Amino acid sequence: MKSEFTPPFGKITQIVGQCISLIGNDIDTDRIIPARFLKCVNFDSLGKSVFEDDRETLKGQHPFDLEENKNASILIVNSNFGCGSSREHAPQALMRWGIKAIIGESFAEIFYSNCIAIGIPCFTLPKKSIQDIQKYTDNKSLFLEIGIKNSLAKSKDLNFNLEIKESSRKMFLSGEWDATSTLLENENLIENKFNNLPYLKF
Amino acid sequence: MSQDTLFDKVWDLHKVSSLPGGSDQIFIGLHLIHEVTSPQAFGALKDKNLKVKFPSRTVATVDHIVPTDNQSRPFKDNLAEQMIDTLERNCLQHKINFFNIGSGNQGIVHVVAPELGLTQPGMTIACGDSHTSTHGAFGSIAFGIGTSQVRDVLATQTIAMNKLKVRQIWCDNKLSSGVYAKDLVLHIINKLGVKAGVGFAYEFAGPAIDELSMEERMTICNMSIEGGARCGYINPDEKTFSYIKNKLYAPKNENWDKALLWWKSLKSDENSIYDDVIKLDASKVEPTVTWGITPGQSLGINQQIPQLADLSPNDQFIAEEAYEYMGFKPGQSIKDTPVDVCFIGSCTNGRISDLRVAAKVLKDKKVSEKVKAFVVPGSEKVATEAKKEGLDEIFKDSGFQWREPGCSMCLAMNSDKLIGNQVSASSSNRNFKGRQGSPSGRTLLMSPAMVAAAAINGKVSDVREFINI
Repeated sequence: MKSEFTPPFGKITQIVGQCISLIGNDIDTDRIIPARFLKCVNFDSLGKSVFEDDRETLKGQHPFDLEENKNASILIVNSNFGCGSSREHAPQALMRWGIKAIIGESFAEIFYSNCIAIGIPCFTLPKKSIQDIQKYTDNKSLFLEIGIKNSLAKSKDLNFNLEIKESSRKMFLSGEWDATSTLLENENLIENKFNNLPYLKF
Repeated sequence: MSQDTLFDKVWDLHKVSSLPGGSDQIFIGLHLIHEVTSPQAFGALKDKNLKVKFPSRTVATVDHIVPTDNQSRPFKDNLAEQMIDTLERNCLQHKINFFNIGSGNQGIVHVVAPELGLTQPGMTIACGDSHTSTHGAFGSIAFGIGTSQVRDVLATQTIAMNKLKVRQIWCDNKLSSGVYAKDLVLHIINKLGVKAGVGFAYEFAGPAIDELSMEERMTICNMSIEGGARCGYINPDEKTFSYIKNKLYAPKNENWDKALLWWKSLKSDENSIYDDVIKLDASKVEPTVTWGITPGQSLGINQQIPQLADLSPNDQFIAEEAYEYMGFKPGQSIKDTPVDVCFIGSCTNGRISDLRVAAKVLKDKKVSEKVKAFVVPGSEKVATEAKKEGLDEIFKDSGFQWREPGCSMCLAMNSDKLIGNQVSASSSNRNFKGRQGSPSGRTLLMSPAMVAAAAINGKVSDVREFINI
């Protein structure tokens, strides 16, 4: 758990940081942040509770508890990460722990859109490449420099061409990933839709 | 790319604009909110100095945190009290219709909106809850959103979203006796996998789907998300229309006629194009139970827990994790697995028809002494109807505890929780590690009828042995 937290803001073009590997498919949002921590009216204190039950079970051996990972910011995961509940508390907890980007085999849909909405870019890589990274981080620290413009992740030993949804990539580069203001620009069109939907006249 | 499906028609109708990045701006016809995922969204509105754009298109209730034993205020749990209080104040301030405890209309948001006639064909419906897909049973396009999107809907009544592909899941024949919608949807998730639906809307269709009641259809659409699909829907038909008719918020008089005409025009065209079509035979589905830690890890009541070698390489990793967590061995029968807790309720199976079918199994029977069993009606309306029919007495006579409406032990945000590594037979929707409130608690998902059977025997049982077939 890092000391100060500043939420991302504006254009996100590059993420530089140490990788933290978390192995497993179908890791659901109940595991990322158990429901009892959802009893809150803001997200501020979620960072310390991320993966609480998994960490408790592993008694200090969970990747999020290892000393060498304490400054990591790029999370490496396997397939269908973030499945289950739509709770935005899950990416909020990861972000408040220190995660700034996630690279995985695949993501659950609502989790993915929650990440984008709060400024955490999610990239995909083929299974083999993910396993290579996870193997590498077994005994060495891996620092990656991720460029969003060319979707490239570079390090001393390994380079990867990352995949990211084009709409997400553009949003991060333009700084418009916080959607509210973009949506509000079409105020007239919204009014128009409200006045013309058949069922709003019934 | 799909064409002329109900999904395409409803999406196109609600499209406000194409956004620069390639996603669409979609108008949300009905926005449902509850106490867990909305407070931060209201907070963000305040920070940005924004108002709720169309307060009449948002409806609120309280469900996740409510206690089911004693609902008098203030709640014993301070944090829960703070959450309901925050929702009350936000609704008051922004003039949002709020169905509070005691209003007669409170309950699980996905039970309440349909029973009030708020959920209608052709709408887009969003809620900060992944089981919003439930409302697709009426031919609406309904999906779960996160809190930032709740904020966007409050502020703009729209969200930014990439259009989904459409997969039709065609279910031939019909379910056999003692087999329910829950079994069918668990079977579908098992066959397709828990992530097959990512990027898709699921259209459930075919004779087996047509045969289902509206409440059973809700059970199917509800669990689309467990198959990875954010949205699931069923084309509306006469059953849909007659369910809605005369409900509190249903169109009335000449508006009813207009609505009906429009609703009938919405269904997928006969020649519509799908991105994918899957067919399965519903008559082959058995009473189904999960054995693992994802809703895809399920099997027929008479089957054995799969061997690692029988699973695809992609499923082996999570299977090994499941054997260890559940304490089950490959090859072991699921039938006769002892259970400690039996829970009937949730947005999947907490409706009146679910309570009726469970009560039918329980009538004149006793719950095993080893089991703690409780039933949580999905809403105040469900509870009232059940009492009118005397179902509460049947449950109580059998040894079930009769509770007040809420989400309860589906996700265990209130005090209804498993203890230690207890095994629960549960009519809910998720068997994730720790889902039911204990970090080592174990959940077996099944239909409400199967939960009732398990409660009587104190172990996983075939409900067909309890009913006349």
